[in-house]
Amino acid sequence: MLVSPSPHIHASVSTRSLMLDVVIALLPATIVAVLFYGWSELLVLGVSIASCVLLEWAITRWLMKKPSTVGDMSAVVTGLLLALNLPVTTPWWVVLIGAVVAIGIAKMSFGGLGQNVFNPAITARVFLLVSFPAQMTDWTVPAGFIHSTDAVSGATLLGRYAEGGMDAIAGTDYLQTLFLNIGGSAGEISAIALLVGFVYLLIRRVIKPWITLSIFGTVALTSLIFWLANPAQFSDPVFNLLTGGLILGACFMATDYVTSPMSNWGGVIYGIGIGFLVMMIRYFGSYPEGVSFAILLMNMTVPLLNNWFHQKKYGRK
Amino acid sequence: MTGIIWTIAVLAGLGLLLALLLFALAKKFRVEEDPRIDEVEKVMPGANCGGCGFAGCRAFADSAVKAPNLDNHYCPVGGNDVMKQVAAILGYEVKEKAPEVAVVRCNGTCANRPRTNTYDGVQSCKVKAALYAGDTACAFGCLGCGDCVSACQFGALSMDPETGLPVVDESKCTACGACVKACPKAIIELRPKGPRGMKVFVSCVNKDKGPVAKKACAAACIGCGICAKTCTHDAIVVENNIAYIDASKCKLCRECEAMCPTGSIIGLNFPKPLDKETIKARIAERNKKAKEAANA
Amino acid sequence: MRKLTFSIGGVHPNDSKLSKDCAIEILPLPQTVYVSVAQHLGAPAVPVVAVGDKVKVGQVIAEPGGFISAFVHSPVSGTVKSIAPRADLAGKPVTHIEIAVEGDEWAEGIDLSDTLVTEIPTDKAATLEKIKQCGIVGLGGATFPTHVKLNPAPGSKAECLIINGAECEPYLTSDYRIMLERTKEIIVGAAIMQQVLGGCKCVIGIEENKPEAIKAMREALKELPYENIKVQPLKKRYPQGGEKQLIDAVMKRQVGSGGLPISVGAVVQNAATALAVYEAVQKNKPLITNVLTVTGDCLPIEKQHNYLFRIGIPLSFIAEQAGGVPEGAAKIISGGPMMGRAISNLDATTVKGSSSILYLSEEATKRAPESNCIRCGRCAEACPMGLEPFLLRRLTLAGDLEGLEANAMQDCIECGCCLYSCPANIPLLDLLRQSKNQVLGAIRARAAAAKAAAEAAKK
Repeated sequence: MLVSPSPHIHASVSTRSLMLDVVIALLPATIVAVLFYGWSELLVLGVSIASCVLLEWAITRWLMKKPSTVGDMSAVVTGLLLALNLPVTTPWWVVLIGAVVAIGIAKMSFGGLGQNVFNPAITARVFLLVSFPAQMTDWTVPAGFIHSTDAVSGATLLGRYAEGGMDAIAGTDYLQTLFLNIGGSAGEISAIALLVGFVYLLIRRVIKPWITLSIFGTVALTSLIFWLANPAQFSDPVFNLLTGGLILGACFMATDYVTSPMSNWGGVIYGIGIGFLVMMIRYFGSYPEGVSFAILLMNMTVPLLNNWFHQKKYGRK
Repeated sequence: MTGIIWTIAVLAGLGLLLALLLFALAKKFRVEEDPRIDEVEKVMPGANCGGCGFAGCRAFADSAVKAPNLDNHYCPVGGNDVMKQVAAILGYEVKEKAPEVAVVRCNGTCANRPRTNTYDGVQSCKVKAALYAGDTACAFGCLGCGDCVSACQFGALSMDPETGLPVVDESKCTACGACVKACPKAIIELRPKGPRGMKVFVSCVNKDKGPVAKKACAAACIGCGICAKTCTHDAIVVENNIAYIDASKCKLCRECEAMCPTGSIIGLNFPKPLDKETIKARIAERNKKAKEAANA
Repeated sequence: MRKLTFSIGGVHPNDSKLSKDCAIEILPLPQTVYVSVAQHLGAPAVPVVAVGDKVKVGQVIAEPGGFISAFVHSPVSGTVKSIAPRADLAGKPVTHIEIAVEGDEWAEGIDLSDTLVTEIPTDKAATLEKIKQCGIVGLGGATFPTHVKLNPAPGSKAECLIINGAECEPYLTSDYRIMLERTKEIIVGAAIMQQVLGGCKCVIGIEENKPEAIKAMREALKELPYENIKVQPLKKRYPQGGEKQLIDAVMKRQVGSGGLPISVGAVVQNAATALAVYEAVQKNKPLITNVLTVTGDCLPIEKQHNYLFRIGIPLSFIAEQAGGVPEGAAKIISGGPMMGRAISNLDATTVKGSSSILYLSEEATKRAPESNCIRCGRCAEACPMGLEPFLLRRLTLAGDLEGLEANAMQDCIECGCCLYSCPANIPLLDLLRQSKNQVLGAIRARAAAAKAAAEAAKK
C-alpha cells in the first residue's frame, strides 16, 4: 500500500497541461501567420521550436546531468513565442542564435523553468534586435498560402509613425488593423486571433486578466492624455492598442508565470509599468516599438513587487 | 587629452576622498574585541558545523575565551589536537576525549526487513516519522529518506541503494553529531572510534518484544540476553528488550557477536572476519570449566 | 435562497459521492473490540476498569484525564481482556482496552426506543453535564470535547450556532446519510445546543451538492416547534466545512489568528455531533456509535456502504464485512482524501471520529514526480487562509523561522489545497506541516516564557 501525508488527490493540472494550453491559445495566431506568410514562416517556426527543444534537452542531459525537462512543454512555448516575435524574413541562423539566447542564456543558465528572471523569448528577441538590426527590421512580405491584396513591403505602421509622425499614418483603417495587419512580427498579423487565444487562456483559468487589462488600460490612458494634449504630434489610443506587438506582448509575454508578479495587485502595478514604458518608448524613444523593452524592464521589478504585495490573509488586517 | 586627464583626476580624487571617509568611519566605529578570539578562531577547523553546540566556529571561540575553563567547550571536528591549541592560546587545561565516530544502529536492510508499504510523500525522514511508523513492521528502524545524509557537511554519509540504509565513511566522519540530531528515530550514535577503528555495537534499536521484533526484521535485537550472559567484561545491559554495549567496558573479544542469534551485534574494522565456531568452542570450554569448578 | 461561501481561496475537487445512495446499515459485532483511551483532542482518558471486569454496553470504562478530555464508554458487553498499548492509525502505541464480546447487554437507563423526544430540558448545567458524561466530542474531524466548546468562557457570548453539514471532503457520505435518515434528531440536537448557548440563532450549513439533505432538513424544520433555526445552502467548494471557512461563509466574520470561533460569537458543531448530543441528552445514550463510509474509486458500487458501527471495532473487521480490500486499491485512507490519514494496515481500530475507510486506486492517488516551481501562484490562490505556500516553502528550506511566523505559517489549517493545486507537484503541505508545528512551538515557548516572567515579576 502507498502511504503519504494528506492530501491524497490532486487536481488534473500539471506544468505540461498549462504549457499545452498556452500552445493551443497561440494556435490561431500561428495559423494566421502560416497562411499569410507561407513556407518561410513554417521554416522560422520549425527552426525556432526544434532548436529550443533540442537545446534544452542537450543542456539538461550533458551540462546539468539531470533528467530532461523538455516533457513539460515549456521549451515548445518559448520556441513558438520566439518565432511569433520575429519577422518572417529572419534568416534561419538568426533564429538559431535567438534560440540559444532564449534557452541557453535566459532560461537554463538560471536553472531552468521557474528560475529565470527574464522572459526567455523576449530576451532573445531584444538580443536579436540590437545585434541584427537589419535582419530584424526587414519587413518584406513573402508569398503566403493566401494572397493578401494589401500586402505591402516596407515599414510597419509604428515604423512609419516613428519616421514621419501623424502624417505618415493618416487614413489608417482601424477595423482592418484589428483583423489583418500585414507587416511586423509574424504573430502580430491578426489582433483578433491573439485575443481569441487570450480568451481561451482566461476560460481555462490558465492566467488571470489583471496584468493584460492593466497594460491595455495604461496604454490607452497614457496615449489618450498625450493625444488630447496634441493630436497633431501624438498618435491616438486606438492606434496604439492595435499596432505593433502590444497585444501579443500583453496577452502572452507579460503574463508568463515565471517572470510576472504572483499577486493580483502586484500584477496591476507591473502592467501599469509596462504600459507606461511602452508609450514612452513609442513617443519619445528611438525605436518605433517598445513592448519587448518594457516587459524586460518590468521583469526586473518582479521580486520587489512580490515582496510588496501579498495575498489577503484570513482574519488578519 | 584633457578629457582623459580630467577623468583620471576626478576618479583619483573621488577614490582618495572615499578612502579617507572609510578610514574615519572605521576608526570611529571600531569595536574592541579580545584578540584571542581571532587567534582561537584561526586554529578552529572552520566548518561552522555546529557540532560543538555553538552557532559556528567564531561563536565557539567567543564563548571559549569568556569561559572560566574549557569543560563545556569541545570541538568534535578538530578533536584533541585543535583543543590543545585552543587551550594553549587561552592557558587552560583541556580534558582529552576519545575520538568518536557515528555508527548506524539499524541493520534493517531490504532483505532483513520486508517492506509492507511504499512511502509516497516528500523525501524526508522527519515528515515520514511524523506520519507513521514506517514502511516495515518495525516502528523503530531506519526510514531511509536520508535526512542524516543531507545533514552531514563532511560527505561522510551516503545511502546504500541496495540495503536502503545509510553508510558512514569513518575516514570523513568528524563526530560533529549533525546526523544524530537529524535522525528522528535516534538510530545514529556517536561511539568511541576504538583501537584501529575496531568496535562492537548492537545494530538495532527495536524496543518491541522478541517475537514482534523478530517478525518485523530478521536482524532485530530480540532482547534475549544471551550477549549479556556471555560477556565476561560486564559491558552489556539489556533494557526495554534491547541490548546495549558500553564501549568503555568492551574489550572487543567479539564473543557476544558470535553468540547473537539474530546477528544484530556487529563488529567493525576487525582485521579478521568473525570466526564463530572457534569463539563458540572457547565459550563452551569456559562454561564447562566453570561448571566443573562449581561442582567441585 | 442565496448560496453562501467563504471569501478566500478554495478548490473544486470532484465530489465523488459514490456511496450517497447507500442507506445506513448496522454493522454486526466482532468477537473482540479494542477501545482507545485517546479518541479525543486533549489528555488521554484514564481506564477505570481492570482486566477480568465484566462490562455492559454504555458503561464508563475510562474517565477524563484532564480539563480537555472525555469519558470513554464500553461499546459492547463482555469481559475486559487486557489494557495495553496497541498501534493506532499512525502505528504509534496508544493504550487500548481490549474487550471480548459476550452478548449485547446494555447498561441501565439508556433509552433504546426510536421515539423522537422533542421536548428540550431547561436546566443548562444538567444538559452540559450529560453531554460531558456521555463522552461527546466533535465528530467533524478535530474530536474536541463538545461540553468544553458549548461552555464558552465568561464574557464571551455565542451569537450563532452553526451546524456543519457541509461535508466538503470528496467521497465521504456519512454526514449526508444521517442528515437524510436522522434529520429530526439532528435538529433536536441542534436545538439543545442552541438552548445551552443561551438561545442564539442557529444555522445549518449544507453544501449545494446535497439538495435532498437541504430539502429534508427544511421539511423537518417545519414540523418541529423550534424557532430561530434555518437551513443555509452553501456553494460546493473545499474546504467549506473548515470551521474558520464556515464562519466566514455564514456570518461574514473572520476569526483572528490563533483565536477561537467564540471570539466572533460563533460556535460550530458537526451534524453528527448534533445527533450524538440528541442521543446523549434525550436518550441517555453515550457516544459509542458513529456512522462510517466504506467507499473508494476502485470499489464497485455494490460494495460501498454506510455503516453504523460500534466504536472500537477493528478496521480490518469492517473491511471484511464490506467484502475485503478491493483489487486495485493502492492506498487506504481513514477520513477524506484531502485531510484523511493514509494507513499502512487495517490493524488499527475505529475511534469516535472515524468517518471512512477509503480505497483509492494508484491512478487517483499516486503523486507525480516533483518539478521546478513555475511561480504560477496557484497555491496562494487556493489557500483558504490567504497564505502563500510558495513563499512559506522557500522560507522553510532556508530555515527562517521568523520569516515563517511573519508570513502567518501558524495560521495553516492543513487543508491540502496548496498541494492539490500545484501543477509542479511540489509536496508543499508535507513540508509546511513541519514548519507550522515549529512556529507554533516557538510561539508557545514564548508565551510560556512571558507568563513565567510575569509571575516572577508579581512575586
